[in-house]
Amino acid sequence: MDVSANQPGDLAAPGEPGARWLGVAASAGLTRDDLLGLYRVMALGRALDERMWILNRSGRVAFVISGQGHEGAQAGITWALRPGEDWLAPYYRSITAVLRMGLTPREILLGSYARADDPSSGGRQMPNHYGHIGRKILSVSSPVASQVLHAVGIALAAKLRGTGEVVVTSTGEGSSNQGDVHEALNFAAIHRLPFVYVVENNGYAISVPSARELPVDDVAARAAAFGIPGVIVRGTDVVGCYVAAREAVRRARAGEGPTLIEAKVERLTAHSSDDQQTRYRSEEEIAAHRALDPLPAFRGQLRAAGVLTAEAEAAMAAEIGEAVEDATRFAEAAADPTLESASSWVFAEDWPGERPPAWGDGTGRD
Amino acid sequence: MAVRTFIEAIRTTLAQEMRRDPSIIVLGEDVGLKGGVFLATDGLQAEFGEARVIDTPLTESMIVGVSIGAAINGLRPVAEIQFADFIFPAFNQIQSQAARMRYRTNNAVGLPMVIRTPYGGGVHGALYHSQSVEAFFTHIPGIKVVVPSTPLDARGLLRSAIRDPDPVLFLEHKKLYRSVRGEVPDTDYVTPLGSAAITRAGTQVTVIAYGLMAHHALEAAARVAEEGISVEVIDLRTLRPLDTETVLNSVRKTGKCLIAYEDNRFGGYGAEIAALVAEEVFDYLDAPVTRIAGPDVPGVPYSHVLEDWFMVNPDKIAAGIRKLAAY
Repeated sequence: MDVSANQPGDLAAPGEPGARWLGVAASAGLTRDDLLGLYRVMALGRALDERMWILNRSGRVAFVISGQGHEGAQAGITWALRPGEDWLAPYYRSITAVLRMGLTPREILLGSYARADDPSSGGRQMPNHYGHIGRKILSVSSPVASQVLHAVGIALAAKLRGTGEVVVTSTGEGSSNQGDVHEALNFAAIHRLPFVYVVENNGYAISVPSARELPVDDVAARAAAFGIPGVIVRGTDVVGCYVAAREAVRRARAGEGPTLIEAKVERLTAHSSDDQQTRYRSEEEIAAHRALDPLPAFRGQLRAAGVLTAEAEAAMAAEIGEAVEDATRFAEAAADPTLESASSWVFAEDWPGERPPAWGDGTGRD
Repeated sequence: MAVRTFIEAIRTTLAQEMRRDPSIIVLGEDVGLKGGVFLATDGLQAEFGEARVIDTPLTESMIVGVSIGAAINGLRPVAEIQFADFIFPAFNQIQSQAARMRYRTNNAVGLPMVIRTPYGGGVHGALYHSQSVEAFFTHIPGIKVVVPSTPLDARGLLRSAIRDPDPVLFLEHKKLYRSVRGEVPDTDYVTPLGSAAITRAGTQVTVIAYGLMAHHALEAAARVAEEGISVEVIDLRTLRPLDTETVLNSVRKTGKCLIAYEDNRFGGYGAEIAALVAEEVFDYLDAPVTRIAGPDVPGVPYSHVLEDWFMVNPDKIAAGIRKLAAY
């Protein structure tokens, strides 16, 4: 198993002398602007995610499924992609990844409010089921890991058409057990497709700890079964995540085939707004996991390296705060879908012959 | 005009469409060098190469799921599931993914893809090579279900399916592959989806069928005609979207309706036709809407004695017609 990508992270614990850390980042090809961009998208992902919970607990939106704790892995990995040119097949925790690939805070909250102009589904899907085909962000669905095969199909088309696109998909470690994942990696490896499979391992499949869902410590070990690299990174090590993804994307683009990247992350919230995680996790464990939050870890690294000044941090926080406020106002004021639209787009064209008679359609109309 | 078998119509149409449109790919188990277990894709890999005619691992969910992704990114996949009995590992990809993609993205993403699969009994295929699967899929809004019964329609409907902007399940009754021949023009005609055919005009009883049963219905109609019973036969050709007007207009005329289907009777596709007729043209009916269908056992048994017991045939349909005519 290739774990070399872990090495920069080992140098990057908070409080380390910053110059050495900055040297690692620079040798990975990351500029100061890149580092600030990575931090900004992580902080935006966190702020927007926290807003969704407030909106849920205040009765404004019915559901939230969260990405808190996953921001470092998502930002670092997607930083190796070209937004608008490469593809992302996300899952429901991918808030930071979809922000990086071009979905806006307004668009995300339009989905939380299920408004007509929600670009993911027009208010048809649950919140956080992201998608925007124009920005090459594939539509999320709830049956987990079903998108992994779609990502491989997109990669097959990219190869056959010679587009140069790379396709990244991500799931949790629980979902990585699905048969579709194994079928997808098998086919992608046979055909050396430009495909990267990311497992965001937060240790829990809703309530079931990884020891009860995986017979091995690392999902990455399974890569060996498909003859592809399996790389482990830590979600607190944003630069390490980027380095691993950059190599995976290079391999993919060069026709060398897929890579499995396992990012060890923390789930800092309950599974969803409908879950009570203290039923299966102790308060002590939850507190311990909070200490592994990637956002303050990365902030500390940036501060220590002199990349993030107090002024810049304050300005960024104000800008992000305003973006979240703006998105909330915008989505709150947006219109619901019309009832007339509910039966549209089953197919590209309507089939009025299949409509029931007006007196028998269940609506009670004459 | 060439006379072709059903399977020749499928094979030659696939080749013609692949020549016309370089975005069409074919993928499935044994579809490449072998040309498919029924030879429906024979010669395609030699002509179009391994990139466009892909032998897949034995992973049906992958065959459909990868087709979905390929359709999203500019290709038109024609997937083959080797036998309809083996389609169920892909059910989630068909039902939760392919059929919902356009609706769940509010028309941002359509999936121009076809899933071809041989179905049906009467070929000594036993429980796992004989099944009729249409009812599972006609229940799903968002996927079209097509069942040709003649070489002419096999070509015209396959063309329509491949050119359609939405996913199409294309069911080919394997008993028809080499037993049915017919004239197939070499023109670029299409048979539109959602259009039934009246294959025999009549006045006293309407018989609705599809696939192999469309042939058995015609044979039964010919037999009872000698007894003075006039039967109108409808070959549905597309099960969904359904051509309701052709069905309802015929029953308005005859007042009696029999549906013949090979699948298990309970909850089968014919039940939906019966409900439609009862709801929409109740005032025209002179007899109970009747179904002649397969028995409710979990599969078609292998022994030829037992298989004959299972299969709907012209005798069973003719008996149903006589009862209805006498009602």
